[in-house]
Amino acid sequence: MTSASPSRRALLGWGGAGLALGAAAAGGAVAVARAGEDSPAAGGAVPFHGVHQAGIATPVQDRLHFASFDVRTEDRAEFVRMLKDWTAAARRMTAGKAVGEGGFGGLPEAPPDDTGEALGLKPSRLTLTIGFGPSLFEKFGLADARPEALVDLPKFAGDNLDRDRSGGDLCVQACADDPQVAVHAIRNLARIGFGKVVIRWSQLGFGKTSSTTPEEQTPRNLLGFKDGTRNIAGTETDRLEKFVWVGEKDGPDWMAGGSYLVARRIRMHIETWDRTSLQEQEDVFGRDKGEGAPAGKAKERDEPFLKAMKPDAHVRLAHPDSNGGATILRRGYSFTDGTDGLGRLDAGLFFLAYQRDVRRGFIPIQRNLATDALNEYIQHVGSAVFAVPPGVRDEDDWWGRTLFEGKA
Amino acid sequence: MRPARLAAVAAVAAAAALTAVTGCTEKGDDGEGVVQVTATDDTCEVSAKEFPAGHVELAIENKGSKVTEVYLLFPDDRVVTERENIGPGTTQRVTAEVKPGDYRIACKPGMKGAGIRQDVKATGKGAAERDPRLDKAVAAYRTYVQAQADETLPLAETFAKAVKAGDLEAAKKAYAPSRVGWERTEPVAESFGDIDPKVDVREDGLEDGQKWTGWHRLEKSLWHDKKITDEDKKLADQLVTDLKDWQNRVGTADITPTSMANGAKELLDEVATGKVTGEEERYSHTDLVDFKANVEGAEKSYALLKPVAQENDAALVTELDKEFAALDALLGKYRADKDSYVFTSYDTVGAAGRKELSDAVNALAEPLSKLAAAVVTK
Repeated sequence: MTSASPSRRALLGWGGAGLALGAAAAGGAVAVARAGEDSPAAGGAVPFHGVHQAGIATPVQDRLHFASFDVRTEDRAEFVRMLKDWTAAARRMTAGKAVGEGGFGGLPEAPPDDTGEALGLKPSRLTLTIGFGPSLFEKFGLADARPEALVDLPKFAGDNLDRDRSGGDLCVQACADDPQVAVHAIRNLARIGFGKVVIRWSQLGFGKTSSTTPEEQTPRNLLGFKDGTRNIAGTETDRLEKFVWVGEKDGPDWMAGGSYLVARRIRMHIETWDRTSLQEQEDVFGRDKGEGAPAGKAKERDEPFLKAMKPDAHVRLAHPDSNGGATILRRGYSFTDGTDGLGRLDAGLFFLAYQRDVRRGFIPIQRNLATDALNEYIQHVGSAVFAVPPGVRDEDDWWGRTLFEGKA
Repeated sequence: MRPARLAAVAAVAAAAALTAVTGCTEKGDDGEGVVQVTATDDTCEVSAKEFPAGHVELAIENKGSKVTEVYLLFPDDRVVTERENIGPGTTQRVTAEVKPGDYRIACKPGMKGAGIRQDVKATGKGAAERDPRLDKAVAAYRTYVQAQADETLPLAETFAKAVKAGDLEAAKKAYAPSRVGWERTEPVAESFGDIDPKVDVREDGLEDGQKWTGWHRLEKSLWHDKKITDEDKKLADQLVTDLKDWQNRVGTADITPTSMANGAKELLDEVATGKVTGEEERYSHTDLVDFKANVEGAEKSYALLKPVAQENDAALVTELDKEFAALDALLGKYRADKDSYVFTSYDTVGAAGRKELSDAVNALAEPLSKLAAAVVTK
């Protein structure tokens, strides 16, 4: 069933030639093979199968399409079938292949399985990551399986949450270096889901605001500051185990190897920020704008001396040392959804954070940010929390199996 | 995915791929059922003037400098199938099930005029090999389509009479019921390309210089202008005349199992793009009446095709039964009397209600788009 459908790259025709050329330029096939794995330029594929889901510790891609879904069906078997169909589609799309029987060449009377807009595009390091929201556990008799760590987020100071941009029974995070590949993935999953789930809200993102690859230049957020200097790197196995992955003894069993995701749509008051003096901007963050060095230090990666920062500086308040060691893996993206009707950019940060336990991750940190000087320039307008199950192990495995069938 | 269907699709896909390859290299003259149409600014070449009836595919290439469109026409200019907006240097494929007989292929460079035409012929028995149950379904659907037109005429006359009497309230009351038969069979009604723009066009659908006639012009007078002009009275007569034309011609419509199935999906498309948004009946807000009629029409096609679909794709039938029932139940919430066509005014249906309707339409339309594949006999 899969062999008949060519991969997008094979279809492209020049994919092989491009790689060959790359080999000559790079001076060795080995270098190219490595580039094909994970460098954005090569547009390679990220393995879908693994102990953990891809899209968390994976080097952060450039683009995001995040979708939150509500369940429509009351039939557990039908929902499980959809999760299996989704897994099959995700397996193909992340490998750069079209969904099902492909985007053309089938029955003329029937619409093609794949919507087609990603034909000819590279896999673009597409990752698809699924999560289950608290409200899902009110359905399908799942109440007993709800992890204790999957708490409903409390109301934080300054929250101005839009219900229509918050919550959701489940979510899919699609990250890719090509926005069309990410959008194609969500679109096709939504299509497969019709009747079973409906999109509750979705968010496009660009310009990763945190990286998990410290060797690269630290990206900047829309406020113009480097963001995520001290983020957990994808290679820091120890910190990942300690702060991101749910351990085998953490419970529940079905979550071992998983993680918890907090998503926040943070609107930035771009225009007022831009009128703020450089001194105040740097005071607000606690780092300088050019180098990104902590207050009183010379280099970006110098150890921050928190007391050198203003008491309400963002970096100071968010730092693990101010929060009993609480550490999260950030994976957010900037967004601009046009303008707001008052001539202001509707822009900000779509904050995504992965952690081993929300109660020891996002919640204490966000509570501590109640006095953050940055709050004058931002507002949290959307919020959601999800339990992100462990990875899909192999061809027979599927998203959510450990939850619906119990741990295997 | 459903294994049974996949097997069938895979086999056909392989055959289709083969055909396409032959078509490309051999200019299509031995490609089974593939006719190459090469359009330029002043020619319309076809690779075969005769082809076997049944499943026919036009492989169109626009070698001209203008955007073109290509039609396969019956001798009376009724459209068998068409493809618009074929840009210069692009290729398009369009398929149809044709019965033996004479046809014309017309290219319209610049998308204007009667086009450059070629007489062609479909030979042999073609569609005659079809499953007799499908022939029965087509015949039953043809009867249904005719009945809808027959039942519409007196309702349209009642509406026209009220308009001509200058009776605003009576006209408003008669408006929506006069549209039900049309809405139930809209894809077939629209296949007569010249009637739909006269009776069912909305203001935003008008072309430059086109006079606005039909239901929606009168809708605007009745609800928005709140007065009936002398011109409206003439339009009311014109509406009846145009609908009689439909009534007289609808029996000759070319209907196939595929067009029935796709027509059912198109009815849901109508709902998704026009009714759920409240665009169709923007003055009268009787969108839910059209909505109901569209769904009923789709359900009729489906019911007739169901025995064959059941055999080819039982899971699809289960899903369609469920989603039709769910949508019917949801619509039922918007009318007090389940036997009447008096529905809640759509301007009072809030965003949450519209979303719920939209979700139910999507849930039905997606599997419905697979019905044609489940009734194709190959």
